[in-house]
Amino acid sequence: MNGAEKAVKPNVLRNMANSYGVPFAFLIILAIGLSFGTDSFLTYDNIFNLFRSTAVYGIVAIAETYVIITGGIDISVGPNVGLSGMIVALLVIQQGMNMWLAMLIGIIACAVVGFANGAMVFDGKLPPFIATLGSLTIIRAVIMLISGARNITGFDSSFLQIAQTTLGFPGTDAKGDPMSYGIPLMALVWIVIIAIAFFIIRKTTFGRNIFAIGSNTEAARLSGISVRKTTYGAYIFSAVLCGIGGILLTSRLASGIPTLGTGYELDAIASAVVGGASMSGGEGSVGGTVVGAILIATIRNGGVLLGLNGQIIEIIIGCLIVGAVLIDSLSKKRAR
Amino acid sequence: MGIEDKVLVRMENIEKEFPGVKALKGVKFDVKAGEIHALVGENGAGKSTLIKILMGVYPATSGKIFLGDKEATYKNPYQAKMCGLGAVYQDITLALHLTVAENFFLGNLPLKMGLIDWKTVNSVTQQTLNDLNIDINPRTIVKNLTVGQQEMVTIAKTVHQKANVIVFDEPTALLANEEVSLLFDLIKKLTNRGYGIIYISHRLEEIFAICDRVTVLKDGTYVDTLNVKETNQDELVKLMVGRDIHDMYGIEKGTIGETVLKVDKLTKEGKFKDVTFELKKGQILGMFGLVGAGRTEVCRALFGADPYDSGDVYVKGKKIHNKTPIEGMRNSIAFLTEDRKKDGLCLGLSVEFNTNLASYPMIAKNGLVNLKSERERADKYIEAINIKTPSPRQRCKNLSGGNQQKVVIAKWMCRDSEIFIFDEPTVGVDVGAKVEIYKLIEALVAQGKAVILISSYLPEVMGLSDDMIVMAEGKQMAILNKSEFYYENGKLNEEKALKLASGIA
Repeated sequence: MNGAEKAVKPNVLRNMANSYGVPFAFLIILAIGLSFGTDSFLTYDNIFNLFRSTAVYGIVAIAETYVIITGGIDISVGPNVGLSGMIVALLVIQQGMNMWLAMLIGIIACAVVGFANGAMVFDGKLPPFIATLGSLTIIRAVIMLISGARNITGFDSSFLQIAQTTLGFPGTDAKGDPMSYGIPLMALVWIVIIAIAFFIIRKTTFGRNIFAIGSNTEAARLSGISVRKTTYGAYIFSAVLCGIGGILLTSRLASGIPTLGTGYELDAIASAVVGGASMSGGEGSVGGTVVGAILIATIRNGGVLLGLNGQIIEIIIGCLIVGAVLIDSLSKKRAR
Repeated sequence: MGIEDKVLVRMENIEKEFPGVKALKGVKFDVKAGEIHALVGENGAGKSTLIKILMGVYPATSGKIFLGDKEATYKNPYQAKMCGLGAVYQDITLALHLTVAENFFLGNLPLKMGLIDWKTVNSVTQQTLNDLNIDINPRTIVKNLTVGQQEMVTIAKTVHQKANVIVFDEPTALLANEEVSLLFDLIKKLTNRGYGIIYISHRLEEIFAICDRVTVLKDGTYVDTLNVKETNQDELVKLMVGRDIHDMYGIEKGTIGETVLKVDKLTKEGKFKDVTFELKKGQILGMFGLVGAGRTEVCRALFGADPYDSGDVYVKGKKIHNKTPIEGMRNSIAFLTEDRKKDGLCLGLSVEFNTNLASYPMIAKNGLVNLKSERERADKYIEAINIKTPSPRQRCKNLSGGNQQKVVIAKWMCRDSEIFIFDEPTVGVDVGAKVEIYKLIEALVAQGKAVILISSYLPEVMGLSDDMIVMAEGKQMAILNKSEFYYENGKLNEEKALKLASGIA
């Protein structure tokens, strides 16, 4: 057992260097640069906020990564974030339901959307982009209908606590006022999801199967892998993670917002791709996507701290996405 | 044969270094007008690298290329094409959704008043095809043609683009027997007109059938150039692998035991009809036929990859009906598909992954994979069947054809199945690796496994099989016993099998 662990360790490091070494190095350089270049980047408050605000993006990006590895794409992640958030808001605020039960129902609703996506992609043989474009359009409209296109406000503090909780130690801030130092619960949920997603890919047959069907569906089928179960599994997993993300975000914003999660699919895809996932399937990693998500968030955060125009920041992110894929494809070409 | 002594292309002292590897060392090669010059060697001997240098794909590190008397100065594939160099690769390089004529003029469509001049496009294409006696309508969409016809179109296109030296890289790998003879006729016609042909093939018989000279490469070095008339297969193989391989198909036979698979009147409308046979432990049952005879379809149906309409299948006396590959695998069938790239391997994933691909449930408990067993299995097969890879982590797409095929075999050996179906296991595999694959089949039957071997390559299927089913157009023509096709003196009687395969009973 010991021997095996020893043998595995360097491979994890090597894999990391191979698949997302470049964005990781870029992230480190950027973080060091911002630490010296601004007074506010390397402060507890900024890092705390950075992680709290990246958590939901990060969770959705992991969801997207699973689907991209199977060779698919899920552009209904944004509405799924909105769906669970709105369901929780309506049930808790208007029906007075127990918040844990409401959260469970929100997540189940997302799982149903994931199941429908899986059905359209596998059994309906629809291109994943089209199938989830349909879902995106329908779910967003459903959210508008059930909410009357209005923000639903009036949560009590127990639900808002989810986003506000910090796990850590009490201390004092620079002025001497009491405050608690630690990690925001939202970021902790993200970290737990990262760990679970990493574990599934590293250790389970399901994790192997998503790579197999993404790399070569027919070879996987002829090797006895259930392409149906794997496809459904990936879309359901994606939708469930989005549901969790939607609940966290709703708690943070303290209201059910009909447009919640709009545009998240693009950031999720960008994070996965910057982290080394291939849109043609069979390639991608949880670690890479986490690096990709943090990198994009850091550029946004750093850009604001440096006082850059918001549009300039988006141009930089656009260049990053294209550049990351370009470096990858050039280095593959050279290796050949 | 009309070989003039006019040298069309001469490559001298070609060296090529890739980072860390010297792929070619002092290689020379030439082609004269009107000759077919074969280039042979194992995978990795440097054939493709040499051809890629000739075609302008990469520059040589040093060395010279002469076209006629003049030193060539082309820098890229396009310029090489303009200098009269053309190539026909084994993978079809046509645009499948366009017509034959559009492919001829791809990137160079003639215009008339700013619009495409379709009349010229079609008539010029028709002329070129007529000239080469190829009976294909220029307006046909390429994907509706057979592989053989597509290859003919590729050749005609190369001629149309004014090549005078044409490289054929494994042109027969995907062709049926009758298409091969059409191809050979066409190549001979080209040489009679003064074209120079470079011919690359793993099938040595073909070299003796049509080539004039043969150059052997080994490990990136030049070995020798021989006149085909003055050499023989044994000598060529010895030069290629550096050792004697007397009898490639001379494998040790297993003891034949009880019946493991019984197939009775298996039928799939429009594909195959009333296929009936028994397969025993330790037996190699060949399946021979032309492309499209229905052999692969029968085996896919047995395995559960495709449905069948009627008929009964028994494994060890128990009636089964595999509806999915998962059921086929549970019933102890392993199916090694013909096209490793298309449906055999996950090419972008590692050797380790692919080795375990069909057997993860066997090394997993509650869905959790035992990483130690995963690695151990990969290591075990890399060593046991000599898969040449720098590491189990290497992606399969970076391995040679023979080594990819071995990974496919390892994948199925991991499952410990009773029945192994090999569909064209040696297509695109070099001589040395072929022999190793035969040895693996030998080891399987020695363990009492039963093997079905589909092959379109007669010497192979006859040489290895105990019994051989011959199929033609979905019909099972006959089951021949070894005594009916194998003479005492070790020679093979190919005529009977070929007649049956052509549907002549």
